[in-house]
Amino acid sequence: MEIPKSFLGYKRENGRVGTRNHVVILPVDDISNACAEAVANNIKGTFAIPHAYGRLQFGADLELFFDTMIGTGKNPNVAACIIIGIEPKWTKRIVDAVAKTGKPVEGFSIEGSGDIKTIMKASQKAQEFSQWASEKQREECPLSDLWISVKCGESDTTSGMAANPAVGNLMDKLEPLGVHLCFGETSELTGAEKVCATRGATPEASDKFMKTWSNYNDFILKEATNDLSESQPTAGNIAGGLTTIEEKAFGNFQKIGSRKFIDVLTPAEEPKKGPGLYFMDTSSAAGECLTLQAAAGFNIHLFPTGQGNIIGNAIEPVVKLTGNPSTAINMREHIDLDVSKILKREMNMNQAGDELIKTTIRAASGRLTCAEVLGHKEFVMTKLFRSA
Amino acid sequence: MTKTDIIIHDKKDNVGVIVIDKITPDQDCNCWIMENDGTVTIKSKSEIRLGHKIAMIDFKEGDTILKYGHDIGKVVKPIKKGEHVHVHNVKTKKW
Repeated sequence: MEIPKSFLGYKRENGRVGTRNHVVILPVDDISNACAEAVANNIKGTFAIPHAYGRLQFGADLELFFDTMIGTGKNPNVAACIIIGIEPKWTKRIVDAVAKTGKPVEGFSIEGSGDIKTIMKASQKAQEFSQWASEKQREECPLSDLWISVKCGESDTTSGMAANPAVGNLMDKLEPLGVHLCFGETSELTGAEKVCATRGATPEASDKFMKTWSNYNDFILKEATNDLSESQPTAGNIAGGLTTIEEKAFGNFQKIGSRKFIDVLTPAEEPKKGPGLYFMDTSSAAGECLTLQAAAGFNIHLFPTGQGNIIGNAIEPVVKLTGNPSTAINMREHIDLDVSKILKREMNMNQAGDELIKTTIRAASGRLTCAEVLGHKEFVMTKLFRSA
Repeated sequence: MTKTDIIIHDKKDNVGVIVIDKITPDQDCNCWIMENDGTVTIKSKSEIRLGHKIAMIDFKEGDTILKYGHDIGKVVKPIKKGEHVHVHNVKTKKW
């Protein structure tokens, strides 16, 4: 197949391109969720992203919180953004950082004026943003404007055999075109970590990966109270035939094809070394991983599943594919691309990769994904430790 | 092309994955090796469902399971060629 040269995206003020045109109402903290949701309810064409944190966090945990919030606001899939927090200082910190992209953003703090007056003021601004964003048009953009993140979930042995290597095939074909790519799931590379480390494009990248993996593994071993059975692999993985974390890891690893990663990112860190494949240090829980990847600026996500994970994301469209024929039938409303013919050898990996490229470009150009149509807007903060 | 019942990732692997709904005891199964496009056959000893693994050789306790050409765990109970390989007879070498 000749790979299409372009997709239709929204060009943003800072040169990035969005695959979506969201106007988001972002609460800074848990107690501002009600206000943010009221504004989103008032003003059509907007939605709120409620979450559970943002109070009394400190140190590295607080910094990750800010990186996640700011990165979410900055993501090119967000056309404009209203930030609502209880206190002015943290609200302003997020507003100022998002404003550097040049997109419309305005902050409101509730303390001293209460929910109702804040909802009124923020709704007026949200109306302005929603109508402004509604006039934005998609334009033809090169594929190099795609920033593709990947993560698999509810994996089984078909994941490592069909859906994950289909993603790997896509990576092998799209990386030379200047696409940014990102994989994560630090703990889920356990057993394949030494093989993964050999995929660093430089000795520095390999070293950084091994240090990152070792730190995460030490943390797991310190906190573990059993052998992690039912956590890694999960009960769903085991039902699907995956026996050990090593088997899961080698299946997981198929997602990067034969690519090498150029750098290792901290959670939510924006890639700075140009196009190519990046590894990000993330949890293997889908909600957390996708939220961090979206906060790093990735604008479309590929999610292979075996037994049928149903994840979506608040701002990043999630394209789901499966190699499991039962899942493709029984959970069809969740599956954007069925590659289960690979198991019957009626489809080869080259064909599966081509189909995935087509599906990805359609979704990037505006076709709603299954997760979007079904209302999945997961946004899950990664919490490093307890709040003060 | 004959129907494929089992896919083996790498020619070094000593397990294969069932890719049809299920196989039953004493079934003669066709296996396809992805890496080199080779084929082998095996007679099953267990009923094994889609996605689950079959032993391609006899294993004794302490042996290593190879899949994708790599070590994916240790055998904790003897397994005969053709039997189901899973959490009841294989454990991780990690956690």
